[in-house]
Amino acid sequence: MQRCGVTGRGLVVVLPYLWLLLFFVVPFVIVLKISFSDVDLAIPPYKPLLEWVGKNSLAIKVNFNNYAFLFTDSLYINAFLNSIKVAFISTVLCLIIGYPVAYGIARAKPSTRNILLLLVVLPFWTSLLLRVYAWIGLLKANGVINNVLIWLGVIHEPLTMLYTPFAMYVGIVYSYLPFLILPLYANLEKMDWQLLEAAEDLGCRPWQAFYKITLPLSRNGILAGSMLVFIPAVGEFVIPALLGGPNALMIGRVLWDEFFSNRAWPVASAVAILLLLLLVPFMMWYQSVQARESAGAR
Amino acid sequence: MNYRHSYFILTCLGLGFAFLYIPILSMVVFSFNASKLVTVWDSVNSPTLKWYYALLNNEEILDAAWISLKVALINASGSVILGTLAGFGLARFSQFRGRFTLNAMTTAPLVMPEVITGLSLLLLFVALEQSIGWPAGRGITTMTIGHMTFSMAYVTVIVQSRLATFDTALEEAAMDLGARPLKVFFVITLPIVFPAILSGWLLAFTLSWDDLVISSFTSGPGSSTLPMVVFSKVRLGVSPEINVLATITIAVVTCMIVGVSLWMARTAKLEKAGAA
Repeated sequence: MQRCGVTGRGLVVVLPYLWLLLFFVVPFVIVLKISFSDVDLAIPPYKPLLEWVGKNSLAIKVNFNNYAFLFTDSLYINAFLNSIKVAFISTVLCLIIGYPVAYGIARAKPSTRNILLLLVVLPFWTSLLLRVYAWIGLLKANGVINNVLIWLGVIHEPLTMLYTPFAMYVGIVYSYLPFLILPLYANLEKMDWQLLEAAEDLGCRPWQAFYKITLPLSRNGILAGSMLVFIPAVGEFVIPALLGGPNALMIGRVLWDEFFSNRAWPVASAVAILLLLLLVPFMMWYQSVQARESAGAR
Repeated sequence: MNYRHSYFILTCLGLGFAFLYIPILSMVVFSFNASKLVTVWDSVNSPTLKWYYALLNNEEILDAAWISLKVALINASGSVILGTLAGFGLARFSQFRGRFTLNAMTTAPLVMPEVITGLSLLLLFVALEQSIGWPAGRGITTMTIGHMTFSMAYVTVIVQSRLATFDTALEEAAMDLGARPLKVFFVITLPIVFPAILSGWLLAFTLSWDDLVISSFTSGPGSSTLPMVVFSKVRLGVSPEINVLATITIAVVTCMIVGVSLWMARTAKLEKAGAA
């Protein structure tokens, strides 16, 4: 491809580059700016950072009140900590459920493998909102699960499951499971299964062989899948809002409420900036894992 | 290599797929339930199509679906153009200024929590409107821009990984025979990436069609999308019409995915036959 001149290359990437710069990077600068400004009863509801004082002196009004506010009100700190906890537990649950599934698919016959993969991908293509909605019908007091359990005689009174942390975990694990299975499968599929046979020939028990060979070799797949669950789950809004009930304190929901209900744009921006700072290390980690994984594939 | 599964793995597969599919099947089954209570089966009058009839006469849902369709179509086509360019650049040019940034900018939207993307886009649009007067208010245009920004990242990844599996030999041969770079792209590269572009288009369409959070931030009065209407209904509890909507969605998606997979399996077979 050497004959593609600098101009040719430039033309190919300049359009997506500028687009992402304008609509993905610049917005964060604006969020950062607004997170330092005062709340105002105006449209838009924040005061400008730069203000003309008198005729020709420009005053920069930066205040850290929004950030100070986030650290003094325990609501925000609790929401941050709770989001990390919920995302972490959900990721572990996804791994426990998803690993054997990804493993099973990777070791299936090639023809069955494609069908199983299709079955994993299919829910991912149907609306997340509708799939979360399905759990309301399953979990509510006169929902499917309670009806079945009462009919079986296991319980006599319906269990309260909807609008509890339990419902939220179910929703998150359910929605993000395909995101964990797919990268993990892609990793396991490349594995050399003869290693396992060799280990067994040398007297390894299947569990030992799994622990000593499969697990370490699939490390990048586990990491990539976990990041794809953990990072978006920290900022998740839809699932806690629909299944978690009024007490489900998740930071994505706090941001949403600050913005839409309180119209506190500067506070919402400060929440977004802190959330971003928290997640950027994980995003960079994810990118390096991806780079290692594609380098290994070649 | 043997394909025998242990009973443990088979059980895990079974339970895993049951977990994925029971909620979906329950929505399909209860969409035919006559009772307004949705999950309490009315065995006298069910199965019935009355909620299907109700949905097709629900103006609010139909209007929202029309808006969603418009946004999703423009979004999918725009994202495919931007994403193919970015994916092609990243896969075929090993070095250019800004490669690292472009790579980071196309990976980050995949994992970025939607509330952050949505909020930041809205603040951008407000700031732009204040300073240059565009976009005047928010609506379909701003929503489409928002959707394209994260959809194109998915298309980029798909196109990039498809190109990574093909070496540059074909393209180089064509150039050695005197084809201009643009001709090489249209005659050699584009047919190679076409399956990736098709799946990218479908994915971008679906992402836009399903998006709630970014739409809520970037939409204006009178431009509620289908997910926004569904969300406001679902917040109040279950509704039989939403089950119908879900069933229709599942049916359409299943047909589409199965159709495309069959087509791609056939293309892959032809490719293999051609290589042999």
